[in-house]
Amino acid sequence: MLELIVISTLNGVLFGMLLFLMASGLTVIFSMLGVLNFAHASFYMLGAFFGFQISRWFGFWPALLIAPLLAGMIGAGVERYGLRRVHRNGHVAELLFTFGLAFVIEEVVQIVWGRSPVDYRVPALLDFPAFTIFSTNYPAYKMFMLLVSVAIFIGLLLVLKKTRIGLIVQAALTHPHMVGHLGHNVGRIFMLVFGVGTALAAVAGVIAGPALVTQSNMAGLLGPILFVVVVVGGLGSLPGAFVASLLIGLVQTFAVSMNGSLAGLFGPLSPAYASSWVADIWGVTIAQIAPIVPYMMLVLVLIFRPMGLLGTRDT
Amino acid sequence: MTELTASVAPPLPTATDKFKFYGMWLITAIVLLLLPNIFSSGGSLTTFCLIGISIIFSLSYNILLGQTGMLSFGHAVYYGLGGFLAVHAMNIIGGNKLPVPLPVVPLIGGIAGLLFAVLLGWVSTQRSGTAFAMISLGLAELIASSALILRTFFGGEAGISTNRTKLLKLFGWSFGPQIQIYYLVAAWTLIAVIAMYALTRTPLGRMCNAVRDNPERVQFVGYNPHVVRYVAFCFAGFFAGIAGSLAAINFEIANSAYLGAEQSGTVLFATYIGGVGFFVGPIAGAIFVTLLSLGLSDLTQVWQLYFGLIFIAVVLFAPGGITGLVMMHRPLLKGGTLQKVIPSYLVALVPTLTMIAGLVLSIETIVHYTVNPGDDPHIKAFGVGFDAASPYIWALAAVLLIGGFLVARRTWQWVGHAWDSATTTIAREEGGAA
Repeated sequence: MLELIVISTLNGVLFGMLLFLMASGLTVIFSMLGVLNFAHASFYMLGAFFGFQISRWFGFWPALLIAPLLAGMIGAGVERYGLRRVHRNGHVAELLFTFGLAFVIEEVVQIVWGRSPVDYRVPALLDFPAFTIFSTNYPAYKMFMLLVSVAIFIGLLLVLKKTRIGLIVQAALTHPHMVGHLGHNVGRIFMLVFGVGTALAAVAGVIAGPALVTQSNMAGLLGPILFVVVVVGGLGSLPGAFVASLLIGLVQTFAVSMNGSLAGLFGPLSPAYASSWVADIWGVTIAQIAPIVPYMMLVLVLIFRPMGLLGTRDT
Repeated sequence: MTELTASVAPPLPTATDKFKFYGMWLITAIVLLLLPNIFSSGGSLTTFCLIGISIIFSLSYNILLGQTGMLSFGHAVYYGLGGFLAVHAMNIIGGNKLPVPLPVVPLIGGIAGLLFAVLLGWVSTQRSGTAFAMISLGLAELIASSALILRTFFGGEAGISTNRTKLLKLFGWSFGPQIQIYYLVAAWTLIAVIAMYALTRTPLGRMCNAVRDNPERVQFVGYNPHVVRYVAFCFAGFFAGIAGSLAAINFEIANSAYLGAEQSGTVLFATYIGGVGFFVGPIAGAIFVTLLSLGLSDLTQVWQLYFGLIFIAVVLFAPGGITGLVMMHRPLLKGGTLQKVIPSYLVALVPTLTMIAGLVLSIETIVHYTVNPGDDPHIKAFGVGFDAASPYIWALAAVLLIGGFLVARRTWQWVGHAWDSATTTIAREEGGAA
């Protein structure tokens, strides 16, 4: 039991940090541009596939650097030549543009790399168990993932709090128009923020690719959860995104590792239920409903706190 | 004074207007009736059925997007639940020999869609804009994932099948042959289209438009935007349920793909490509997208990529959709300056088509190398055969794409100038007349 708790906590924090790598970019982009980038998870996928391809040619370490740069450049290009053009047609058009983009990116990835999972492996340097805990080997690569995401988190925090650019971005989170009035080149900041945000998502893709499955449906699987994180945390709130990422990461990981069901709990009391029409609900295990837990949280948060956990803006 | 009253209350329709209005519906009904006589093959009947279902679904979606300004990523939930309930209803009716004929079943599906919209809508419509879009997406994922867990009701991966001929027969119609299903779908399409058109003319429909344009002002007038959105959402759910149950009748099966993200995406594509600004927009979009998805899948392997590219192009260059583009020319036609822009269109068309040809050629060549690298390089796309391994083809693709793009950019600027001059002429004439 203790083993389960420790391992699940580690995995949950890891998944949460990965989610935050993406949610942070998504939140900053949303706050500044007012558009929720539907294609954000697609850049995560692009990062994973670029990482796979580059690590095949040059090795994993160059891939860790080049793949996010490439994805970030594509992201900046999308902002400059796509989003900026649609901007005058309103937010709905912007959202639809990113929706179409997500669709096209998925199709392109399917064309180039196929539909089945690619063989993206953990680099040999990190392919050993980091430590053994209650007879379970914890892979070093997962510790490395945790390290990278924590390092980026701290770096992001420093940039936001201590540098001039971070100051402008922070100001733009709450008062986007004022920042423009103060004479900053808002267009270039937007492009930069979009590029950096998508590059962060790509970093998450590069490091998550070998540990999870690198497949053309990974964006479609993760995207909705990402939006749940952003809405649960509160649209446009970075601390909210952080809390929600960890929360959903932990909840989902714990749910997957649990086997209990209503039948298991109360089964002996009324065995007749197992054969009635509620058998589905009666017999389903927590592990089976793990995929829908984030969405249930979303609905609960929307009912009891519509602006999100730490959100203040009512969009 | 007369101007003021005129703007407050529109004049009552004259007899000719009424004649035109009802005549239009009558002609539509006659066309629907005669259509199978002109295109009588089984394939075209199936296509018509799909188009009819898609029209109802897209129009119901436009109650949300076009009329109330709510971008939903989960509208297929109500479509799918309507379909499932219809299938279960048909199984129960058929099994117990209840005196319910098949044409009533879509109503059951519609009521199912309505009930689920009533249930889920209150939470969803609390906020509009981006938040609503995300909530609809989350709810859609919740329902779609639950569908795979609740196997008894949703039938797991395989879905639930039914037999539409087992129901009570009316006037000897068994609804086995496709032609009878065509008339069923056509009748329901006509009813639903008329109902949804009537909805836009009611005070509620007008309030929906007001909520879309300025929710704050609506509050000042004394309405609750949340309630207006909620009611619109319920209507949309009802008609989506009708569409879903018609689909279930047509295919005699309902599976989890009915309420999945792909279905929600397709209806969004159809509605937006058709144009959300006009009532006929989603109808045009439904016809276009259904024909496109049926036609393109025969012509090329990667038709979904083209589909996505068309959608992006519409969002980027024609936010009003197909009908928006057409309707843009109405003032020019009335002002008699249409001939000013036509030549510039024809000029711009040539390099644009060249660019598109280059794009298609490059995509198909790349697809050949990545998807089926071992095959014969003499491939055929859109009915045109070419050698994907030949460097000449590569060069041709590059020249067409880049050259077409550079020239097209120039010519579209020219179109812009011609457009400006055409509209200013009208404005000047109107100013002179006043």
